[in-house]
Amino acid sequence: MKKLWKGNEAIAEAAVAAGCRYFFGYPITPQNEIPEYMSWRLFEVGGAFIQAESEVSAINMVYGAAGAGARAMTSSSSPGVSLKQEGISYIAGAELPCVIVNMMRSGPGLGGISPAQGDYFQATKGGGHGDYHCIVYAPSTVQEFVDITYNAFDVADKYRNPVMIIGDGMLGQMMETAEIPPMKDLSKLPDKDSWAACGHSDGKQRLINSIRIEPDDLEAFNHRLFEKYAVIAKNETKFEEYHNEDAEIVFVAYGSVARICKSAVLELRAQGVKAGLIRPITLYPFPTDVIAKTAGKKGVKKFITVEMSMGQMVEDVRLAVDGKKPVEFYGRCGGNIMMPADLVKYVKEGK
Amino acid sequence: MKLTISGFGGQGVLSLGKFISYSAIEQNLNTSWLPSYGPEMRGGTANCSVIYSAEEIAAPVIDTPDILIAFNEPSLTKFEGTVKKGGIIITNSDIVKIKTTRKDCKVYEIPVDTLAAAINKRGANVYMLGALLPIFKDISLESATQAVEHVFESKPKVIPANIECLKAGYEYMSKLI
Repeated sequence: MKKLWKGNEAIAEAAVAAGCRYFFGYPITPQNEIPEYMSWRLFEVGGAFIQAESEVSAINMVYGAAGAGARAMTSSSSPGVSLKQEGISYIAGAELPCVIVNMMRSGPGLGGISPAQGDYFQATKGGGHGDYHCIVYAPSTVQEFVDITYNAFDVADKYRNPVMIIGDGMLGQMMETAEIPPMKDLSKLPDKDSWAACGHSDGKQRLINSIRIEPDDLEAFNHRLFEKYAVIAKNETKFEEYHNEDAEIVFVAYGSVARICKSAVLELRAQGVKAGLIRPITLYPFPTDVIAKTAGKKGVKKFITVEMSMGQMVEDVRLAVDGKKPVEFYGRCGGNIMMPADLVKYVKEGK
Repeated sequence: MKLTISGFGGQGVLSLGKFISYSAIEQNLNTSWLPSYGPEMRGGTANCSVIYSAEEIAAPVIDTPDILIAFNEPSLTKFEGTVKKGGIIITNSDIVKIKTTRKDCKVYEIPVDTLAAAINKRGANVYMLGALLPIFKDISLESATQAVEHVFESKPKVIPANIECLKAGYEYMSKLI
């Protein structure tokens, strides 16, 4: 049944429906509704919720639970996600599946608690140390948060890789109609007996670790990870094209900002400007191909990347466009949000 | 339909927005409710942006609302300039003593605190919900009634007085329009 859901709470319920039974977190605005919801909801379904003493502890608890084969999750907001980076790198290095939510706020430092998208680099380019990637999703509606969270645990299990879902304060705090899918049958979740330290491996040692001292071993592992990322790019890349078929001006934006661009596209079209939007749903893998293909179209005049940052995703857009068309950038930051009218004005007046 | 609802914390500003969204769901419409949070809230004022539509809701932020509901004077001053040309401005005239500077908007000054208090001291926002329905036209009194029943599910005792407020608000505005 469709109900009115707050973004943060919808993510939490979708995770429970997906079979997540272990949540470890530490409070920070604007994502507090996720741990708050999990604190009573997981109790109801026989799971466990722990408010850790810090973000570092929380992510390492996720590491432990994931290593034991559980569906585990943590959530935080920008400064808290910075603290988790060491653990995320270890989880990627140990090839463990888990889901991490970042409801971004403005930075750097403690910054502010208003919506921002300044963690794109952190989410997609590693964040922690070493050669690794999370699979990164950026939903733009409460329903999409639900659908992606519900699916994220399967994707994480399939590739034994951490999945990060990023939103911002706006999406976490807003309410929208959404429908939570049915509870997954826990007995039918992927079998992890072949690798998890789950206590029934017939006395054989199960070593879950990210240390590989021998350079040749580690190099081979790095190559294997990147072969995995290539498969992920082939199978899991997601994007939406919006009025893009005949567009001359193409916005590229994700998350809440993509919705603001949609309003701008409709207004520009009403004023006779052929505008369109490419909305990456996965930020890693990045939907390079669709942007490259669009850049090659004769009618396309230019791209405008719109972000609540000083310009981060715009670098990936430029790489994809590869000089074929101009790529401009429009950004607001500090917790300020651009309005559709700002984008219409920018397109029409160039400022 | 795009609404900006603003006032002091405690005036039921955020809940009025939720009532509208729940009513829209009962009417099978899409809806979004975006609250102010953080530093703005800590100044003692609260506002929310509510949209409902039969179409997909793109931006949940509103630059030009169709309707502004101002429960206090700072809200009127802050948001009156944003209302779309020929839009609607509604004030709680028990609190808001100043006049809007907008000449092109339809203005309703409603003493909701006084009017609601005759029925339910805490029902000003539900009274306002009722008053909005004749303006909306596409959300029925039945849908709004179901929304009120739904929101107060855990406090069934307060439902009858709130529904009375809702109806009173509806009748008040029906006579004005």
